[in-house]
Order: sequence, then C-alpha cells, then structure tokens
Amino acid sequence: MKNPIDPLLSKPASAASAPVLSVSDLTTSFLIDGIWKPVVRNVSFEVAPGETVAIVGESGSGKSVTSLSIMRLLAKRSSRIEGCVMLNGRDVLSLPEKEMQQVRGNDAAMIFQEPMTSLNPIFTIGRQISEALTCHGDISKIEARAETIRLLEKVRIPNAASRFEDYPHQFSGGMRQRVMIAMALASKPKLLIADEPTTALDVTIQGQILDLIKLLQEEEAMSVLFITHDMGVVAEIADRTIVMFKGEAIETGTTEDIFHKGKHPYTRALLSAVPRLGSMTGHKWPLRFPTVDAATGARIEPIEVADTVDRRTQPILKVENLTTRFDIRDGLFSRKIGAVHAVESVSFELFQGETLALVGESGCGKSTTGRSITRLVEPNAGKVDLDGRNVLSLGTSELREMRRGIQMIFQDPFASLNPRMTIGATIAEPIVEHGIGKPTQARQKAADLLERVGLNADMMTRYPHEFSGGQRQRICIARALALDPKVIVADESVSALDVSIKAQVCNLLMDLQQSLQLAFLFISHDMAVVERVSHRVAVMYLGEIVEIGPRESVFGNPQHSYTRKLMAAVPVPDPARRGIKRNLKADELKSPVRPVGYVPPTPNYRNVGSGHIVRIEA
Amino acid sequence: MTTVEQVVLSAPASQRPQSRAWRKLKANKGALVGLAIITFFTVLALTAPLLPIADPNGTNWSAIRKAPSAAYWLGTDDIGRDILARMIWGAQASLLAGVLSVAIAVVIGVPFGLVSGYFGGWIDQIISRITEAFLAMPFLITAIALAAFLGPSLMNAMIAIGLSAMPVFIRLTRGQVLSVKNEDYVEGARSIGLRHYTIIKRYILPNVFAPILVQATLMIATAIIAEASLSFLGLGQQPPAPSWGSMLNVAKNYLSQAPWMAMWPGAAIFLVVIGFNLLGDGLRDALDPREA
Repeated sequence: MKNPIDPLLSKPASAASAPVLSVSDLTTSFLIDGIWKPVVRNVSFEVAPGETVAIVGESGSGKSVTSLSIMRLLAKRSSRIEGCVMLNGRDVLSLPEKEMQQVRGNDAAMIFQEPMTSLNPIFTIGRQISEALTCHGDISKIEARAETIRLLEKVRIPNAASRFEDYPHQFSGGMRQRVMIAMALASKPKLLIADEPTTALDVTIQGQILDLIKLLQEEEAMSVLFITHDMGVVAEIADRTIVMFKGEAIETGTTEDIFHKGKHPYTRALLSAVPRLGSMTGHKWPLRFPTVDAATGARIEPIEVADTVDRRTQPILKVENLTTRFDIRDGLFSRKIGAVHAVESVSFELFQGETLALVGESGCGKSTTGRSITRLVEPNAGKVDLDGRNVLSLGTSELREMRRGIQMIFQDPFASLNPRMTIGATIAEPIVEHGIGKPTQARQKAADLLERVGLNADMMTRYPHEFSGGQRQRICIARALALDPKVIVADESVSALDVSIKAQVCNLLMDLQQSLQLAFLFISHDMAVVERVSHRVAVMYLGEIVEIGPRESVFGNPQHSYTRKLMAAVPVPDPARRGIKRNLKADELKSPVRPVGYVPPTPNYRNVGSGHIVRIEA
Repeated sequence: MTTVEQVVLSAPASQRPQSRAWRKLKANKGALVGLAIITFFTVLALTAPLLPIADPNGTNWSAIRKAPSAAYWLGTDDIGRDILARMIWGAQASLLAGVLSVAIAVVIGVPFGLVSGYFGGWIDQIISRITEAFLAMPFLITAIALAAFLGPSLMNAMIAIGLSAMPVFIRLTRGQVLSVKNEDYVEGARSIGLRHYTIIKRYILPNVFAPILVQATLMIATAIIAEASLSFLGLGQQPPAPSWGSMLNVAKNYLSQAPWMAMWPGAAIFLVVIGFNLLGDGLRDALDPREA
C-alpha cells in the first residue's frame, strides 16, 4: 500500500487527480441568544492528494470551527452548517450520523491541540490504539497488537513494544502527541486534520512533531489540513495557505505567494507582526515591531531609539547563586524522597532601563526564578539585591514595602484579574493599600495609567470579562505600574496573545521602558520575541543559566549546545526553508528531579567576551 | 479604613455593581417568586401580634381535631387549638431557627474554611481533622447532644443546629479556596504587596461566595426540620409555644384522623424551603459579574 510521494513533486500531478477534500461555500452559524450568528462565512477550498494546506488565523477567526464543521463535530442543536463538503467523493454534510462515524477515522482523522487531555487516562496506550483499529476493521486482537506496535514505531516512539502497556501519564506531552498521531493513522486516513497540534508543546518538541508529520505524509501519501496561528509553522509545512479573518477566507494561495506577494492588508499585517529569528542581526538595541496601516497594508518601519540602559550606576537587581528546590514527599509520614531542583545557583544583574530575557523550555526554572525573586516562592539559598536591599532577609512588612519596587505581569490575562472587581478598583487598589494616595488621587492615577497603556479612562467601571485578552494584558500592565516600580518581572506576558496583539503589547512595554526607565526581567519561551525586545539574554536549562550575554552575541554566536538546539528548533517564517528537516532525535526534556542528598556539580564558566558567559559542558 | 470600593463608587459610574445585581435579580422570575414566598412568611411572622387571630395556645375542648371550617380556617389540633394562629406564630420560631442557625454556621464556619484553605500547613491540618471528626457524626445526633448539653430552649437549639451545620461550611469553603487561591489574580495580589486580610476579603471571599450561598439556602431547609426534631424531643421550642416542626411532630400521630394537622405545617416548610432555594439560585447568578 505504501506509495511514497514527495509533497513537492505531487503538487503538479494533484491538479489532475480529484481532490481529497473539497469545501465550497461553507457557512457555519451558532445559535447565540436565539439568533443564528455566522462564525464562518462562504469558505471554499480544496485539498489535493498528498498536499498540505494550512489554515492560518488569529483566535476567533473561525479556523477551528471550519475543521470541526468538516468533521461534523459541532453540537447539533446550537450549530448549523451550510454549503458543500466533499470528502473522498462523498458529501459529508448529507450523510446520516451512522455513516459519518465511519467517515471519521477512515477517510479523515483528526489530532488536537491538547495532548494532555486527548487520551483517556485509565486505559493503556496500547489498548487505546488497538481499539481504534478493531472498531474500524475486521482484525484479531493479536493482529491489532502487532499493528499497534508498528504504528508506535512509525511515529518514532523509542522502545515501542515495551511501552504498549504504559498509561498516558507515563508519557510526556510530545510523546502523547505522537500517540495521538499513531491513533489517527490507525485506519490509514486519506486526510489528516491537525488542529494546532504543536501549540501546547515546547519548541524543540514542536520541531520533532513537525518533522514527524512531514515524514509520515511522505510515507503514507496523506493529505494534511493544518490549522495553526503560527506563521513560522505554516512556512515550514504548508504547500498552500488559507488566511482566515473574522470568519472569512480572505486570501488563498501557495505559501510562497502568501508570504511574499500577500495582497490583503490583513495578511501583510499578520506577517509583519511575526517576529523572525535572526531579523535583528546588525541592530544593537531592542527594536519595536513594525506596524501596518490597516487600510492600505503599508508597512511602517519602527524608528530605532537610543539606548535606555544606564550602566554607570549600580545594577537595580542583583541575583547571586539563587537556589530554589521543591521537596517531593511520599509515604505515611511524608518522608522526603527527593527534590525538584527548579533553580540552581542562578546569578545575574539587571540595570535600570534594561531588559534581560530568561529563555528556556517548560520546566527549566525560568518562572520559578521570577517568582523566587519576588518571593512568591521561598528560595532555599542565595542573595537577591533589589535597589540595595537584600530581598531574601526581609520580614513581612518590609516585604510588602519591597514589593512596591518590583512588580509582576503574568501569562494568562484571563486569569490574572479578579473577576469580581472593576478594573478601576483593580488598578487603584495597590495605591490605596500601600497608603501612597487617597482614594480620589488613586482614581486619578488609575485613569492616567489606563490612558498610558492605550485604553480609555472611562473604562474604569467595567469588569474584566468585558475586555479582550490584549486589553486585559494592558490592564495588568497598568496595575503593575501603579506603584511606580523599578523592575517588572514579565512572566510569559505576551505568550498567550495573538501575534498582532503580541506585537502591540511588546511595543507598549518598550515605550514604557523608554519613558519610565523600567528594568524588565522578560521570561519567555519564544526566542523570536526575545530577540526583538531584550538587551541581554540568559538561557536556562534544568534550573541553571547555561549561557548569558548581550542579545547580539548570544543570538549571533551561540556557544552552548542547548542554545543552538533551541534556536534550530524555532520555526522560521520563510517558505524557502520548507522541506528542511532538523533531524532532531525523538527525545524528551530532562527532568530536574534529584534524589535526596544530590549535590549538583559546581558549574564552570568561560567568558566569550563582552559579558557573554557560557557554562562549560561536561 | 479607606476602601477601594469608594474609588469606584465616586467615579461617574454608568452601572454600579449593586444596581446591576439588583436589575439581574429582578429579571429572574424564579428568584422573585422565592423572594415573594419568603417575604410573605416573614411578614406573617412579624405581624403575628397585630393580626386578628385566635390565641395560639388557647384550647377549646369542644373543638378537638376539627377539619377546616369557617370558624377555624385551617382546622384545630388534638387539644383544640386554632391551627391558623399556631401556623402564624410558629412561623416566627421556624424561620428564626432556620435563618439564625445557618447564620451561626456561616459566620463561624466560613472564616475557619478561609483560613484553613488559604494558609494551609499545620493550621489546615488541625481544622480539617476536627471538621472531619464532626462530619463523621450524624448531623442530627450532634445537634441533639449539643442541645442537651446547652439546655432546652429555642435559642440553645439554634446554637446547637448552627454548630452542627458548621463543619459542612468549613469543608465547602476550604475546598473552594483551594481552587481559587491558585488563580493568577491571587498571586498577582500577593506580588503587589497586599495584606493577607485584604487578599482574603477582596480576592478570595467574593470568588468563593456563590456555592456557600447556595449551600446556605439548602441548609436553611435542613435547619427548619432539625428544629422540628429538637422541639419534638423537648429540646427546642418549649410547649405550648408553637413551631412548624413541633406541630408536624404532634400531627404524625393523627395522620389518618386529622390529615390537615400535618398538611399545613408540611406545606409551609415545603414552600419556605423552595423559596430560599429559588432566591439562592437567583442571587448566585445576579452576583456574578461575568454573566451579563
């Protein structure tokens, strides 16, 4: 059955053969408050055999609803699908539900964003895959087992046979996504619909999964409909791209055309907001994101501004050998059986007006570092010096006082505001609580701050749920500024935002840095954003800083193998790089859990020059 | 203490939270029905001394267990007392027992739950273990034991019921706090340097209050019935003073001969319980700013 087709070669041929999927005039409406509201309008496209088509758009653009409509996975009562969807020559929308169940899995299979919740936790991986096999075809148990192991090997899970009896919780996120793909492949579908399959994964794992999808597509000659918000991923994987905006497909074309000759202003706006790793070569200071005129699509290049860093004075924040460990306890008497070495003798300095980025993948300790500095978690050892005061030795009331000087902005704008407080009260509260101003003054300041972050002062009486994600993040920034802090710890503060909003919020942060001489500790996993906004970069791995230095030097001349691996894994929004495989091994992130009594080896560093320091690898 | 709420109230507010909650409550028909039922019985109970009704304790030996009639609208009981008068006077004891005992349970239980959930550690261990010990005992048995210990009177019965109902609220509050305290906004409040007291008051309590409110309305029903049981054992309302529960307990001996004796207090308890439940549901929705 194997018929390896190179997706690049197959493209001209596919024009002749019938498309696997043909969608015409798809309109999906949801019943909201008794009215049918269309969320996808008149979308038409085709997917040829062996072709990869990406649907790209920001949240709310209708890209996921499109894919769910094709599979008819929307709730029947509250949704209405119109138009025509031909899958493998059959009209999906007119099939009875029984036959539709056969279509799902057989003709088209789907993988989702959250690998952590898409598997049933109480059955073994092997059982779940073999179930997918036996329910669609006549196959004995023994054959199913053999086929399952073959599939697990196909998705490059190491030691597949020995992992047959493992449960989902024994697999990491990346490995679970491989299992999901194996399940999707079980019945050899003609079309694989991948709905943001790599969004929840770390960047090195994302690289592996993208490679795997490309590889499997060649081996199985499948078509892939890839739904994503990430232009970098699109550039790497898609033959053709559909750009969706507010429920409509505003532009369709080959990926090269979309990237280089995009016609619609929105397409151009989207692309110019995408941070590109490597685009900062030659720039010494951070650079704002270019903005795009919404009407014309003309790109307005940012003006380079002067240096904001003041290195003549003492550093505003000085961290020395900061160590934070979380004990793991087990058994009847909660005996200590080990510890998570979340932060392991981390040292750095941060100057007024400077942005230091902490980058790394999940579990590397970057967030815990930020939280240890603000003492939201108690560090085990080390010294944190904020504006001449040792933060770690402060008592309760002094600690409250200290917190005026260092503020945090969190990742999830939907969780970081109290839903029961108006935003005016939210911003004014710290001013009143710290006794800095009377309620009337606090209100005035809250109004000023709202204007400062680009919102309206008369929004003060509204509640958080009335705002969008980007607006909420602006509110969080306004609140963080209420106490005139010197340092702001931004913990993945732009990660949850759409790409155009992300660019705007980054620009806002840089504006504020310039006008208020703020120092940012910018915690992020996104290498491209970090390259844009930071003066200096610290790369964290397993709780330690493995490389730190000026941004230009770390990105231009990465020394540590992990930094290089991290940079190689970042998807670059350039279609010319499509087809390049990274040949990343199917490994997992290492765990920072250590047994009791583990003494970490003393790290040795070497100086590359101009403050660029690298940990010497063993 | 200067409060942040003032800041907002003095702002040119287009829509104050209080008025908004009230508007939402008004739009909820169920809640209005509940409110009407509760208001009706509360007004009856309060105006009992003014209403032109018979003496609730006056007996008439020529009119024992009479069915409802023009003379006795709701009939008479086993020693010839007017059931209508006893129903109205009994509303005082029953409503008071229901509301006050739950108030005691909430006022004591919720702070323990907040402290236990928010601070955790040894303080949580102590509070939780004691709560579990209380929960292991049946609610009514605890109430009876406490009431017997405190001595027979309506007030003591209410305290006993309140204390027995308290562990439920500790447990419920603690569980809610555990989920809310991990929200980013609570961490944000800490990082901005707010006091624990302020965080608990403004960030935790408002966000855990809805399920407590619903539990409280359900508990009022249980408390009214518990008061009835205590009165039956002579530990609650002291005879001859009436309460719905004690009337019901007497009536169960005459279910076949005089079903109205049980019907009226039973119907009243049913209505009040429904009323509190409907109002509780309505309040929960109205107080949530996330729902338009």
